Amino acid sequence: MFTITKNARNLSFGLMIIGVIALILGFVNDAHSAWPSLLFNTYFFLGISVFAVFFIALQYVAEASWSIVLKRIPEAIISFLPISGIIMLIIMITAVMHFGGNHIYHWMEDGIMDPNSENYDKIIAGKEAFLDTTFFLIRSVIYILGWVYFGRKLKQLSLNEDKHGGLENYNKGFRTSAWFMVFFAITSSIASWDWIMSIDTHWFSTLFGWYVFSEWAVIGFVSILLITLYLKRLGYLESVNESHIHDLGKYIFAFSLVWTYMWFSQFMLIWYANIPEEVAYFYDRLELENYKFLFWFRVAINFLFPIILLMSRDAKRNNTRLIFVCIVILIGHWLNAYLLVAPGTLKEYGHIGFTEIGMGLGFFGLFIYVVFNALTKAPLETKNHPFLDESKHLHT
Amino acid sequence: MSRKTVYGIFDDEEVLLNSVKEIKSNNIDIKEVYTPFPVHGLDKALGLKETRMAIAAFVYGCLGITFAGLMIYNIMIIDWPMNIGGKPNFTFYHNVPSFVPVMFECTVLFAAHLMSITYLIKCGLFPGAKSENPDPRTTDDKFLIEFELEGSTKKVKDLLSKTGASEINEK
Repeated sequence: MFTITKNARNLSFGLMIIGVIALILGFVNDAHSAWPSLLFNTYFFLGISVFAVFFIALQYVAEASWSIVLKRIPEAIISFLPISGIIMLIIMITAVMHFGGNHIYHWMEDGIMDPNSENYDKIIAGKEAFLDTTFFLIRSVIYILGWVYFGRKLKQLSLNEDKHGGLENYNKGFRTSAWFMVFFAITSSIASWDWIMSIDTHWFSTLFGWYVFSEWAVIGFVSILLITLYLKRLGYLESVNESHIHDLGKYIFAFSLVWTYMWFSQFMLIWYANIPEEVAYFYDRLELENYKFLFWFRVAINFLFPIILLMSRDAKRNNTRLIFVCIVILIGHWLNAYLLVAPGTLKEYGHIGFTEIGMGLGFFGLFIYVVFNALTKAPLETKNHPFLDESKHLHT
Repeated sequence: MSRKTVYGIFDDEEVLLNSVKEIKSNNIDIKEVYTPFPVHGLDKALGLKETRMAIAAFVYGCLGITFAGLMIYNIMIIDWPMNIGGKPNFTFYHNVPSFVPVMFECTVLFAAHLMSITYLIKCGLFPGAKSENPDPRTTDDKFLIEFELEGSTKKVKDLLSKTGASEINEK
């Protein structure tokens, strides 16, 4: 059984206090910029936690055996999903009600779809069937409830397996995961349109769902790997050997490239075609002084650090280097999350300040606290899984 | 003294792996092992040097990206600048996003093809090369350890039968 060290507990409380201060100061000083900051931080941590569900489901449907010895870690990360989900729903509901100065979504403004109003926007009005506030809220609730339901069910099946053994739980897990895959394939895409892409309402990108998913994959794998290495350093998880770490490293390397591929495919086609309604999106990010540097900086670090430092086999078995690269790309993707939200909502007034970083740290503290608490609730070593023995003998 | 060749044939890869470890711990040289599929951990048990194929692949990839860069620079900037959709066409630097797909594909092409060719050359697989396989059953379901010994072969044979060889042949 895992027990939280005093340092980790103090750190998480400290970070949460910073987060609360940032939240209060942010909303008191400038609610208009505090909401987007809350949104992108929620999006970031929601991505990590929903990816944990995807990770477990992926292992089930692929009948993969290598990851069984570390499956308690994604299971613990799932416990952050309801919290980040609720915060996301709060943001969505306040956005619809324009409560507390929440004007993240331009298409929710009054009269924008009304031909007689002076706010009327013909292009946005053309998207009325999909961008309808009631339908929008119903969709958001469906995503969150669905993900939480599947996450809890998969976690419960895994715990039942420990208690009772037998193949029944595994088979059920397989079927549940297959359904989750279908559900997640649709909802992850639509959720990214709803929460992120609809900020820049005039603009659209057909690969946006995959772009967001690839980002979730990178940060999800990074979190799983960092927690695994942390637990190993404390002396837990004896059956996790170098090969498991190597496999997670490969995933991080591969999905960093997928992310870059998606980013570049989206950027290059729009840059080349040069159609005004599409270029507007990159105009905000490339020509406004406050995002120009970040735009290239985050691509550079999210691509170059993994490809150069993690390319060789030995590098993926070198814990120090893995931790370094993981932390760098975690920051890089956090900046990317910022760039998804801020330019569309704040235009030339957005900047990374105490509100943004403080909220990020606060979320990080809450994440550590919740996930580590969940880790203490179940034994870290799994048993009775049909592939457990195979997983313990993994060598690549 | 004459050289003798001994073949130990196995039915199962785990048995083979244990046998190889046992033989290695007795300081007997194994000439070659033939298996129908790659056996995990066999390279370590045999004490083979780590492959340098990865380094070769990296070099080939670098070669590919350099070649593609120079090629497209020559074609699209120096030789005949083309105006495509009003994109900048007099500087490489400004037009580089549209060249990335070409450079990416050439990297993959060079790495993949040159690696295959390197592999074939290293294995001596030229067109018309003869098979060196001592027993055709190793391409189906048998595993074979080959020894080249001087003097008595008894010790090796005993070891082989002790570690579970299904068949032992001598030539």
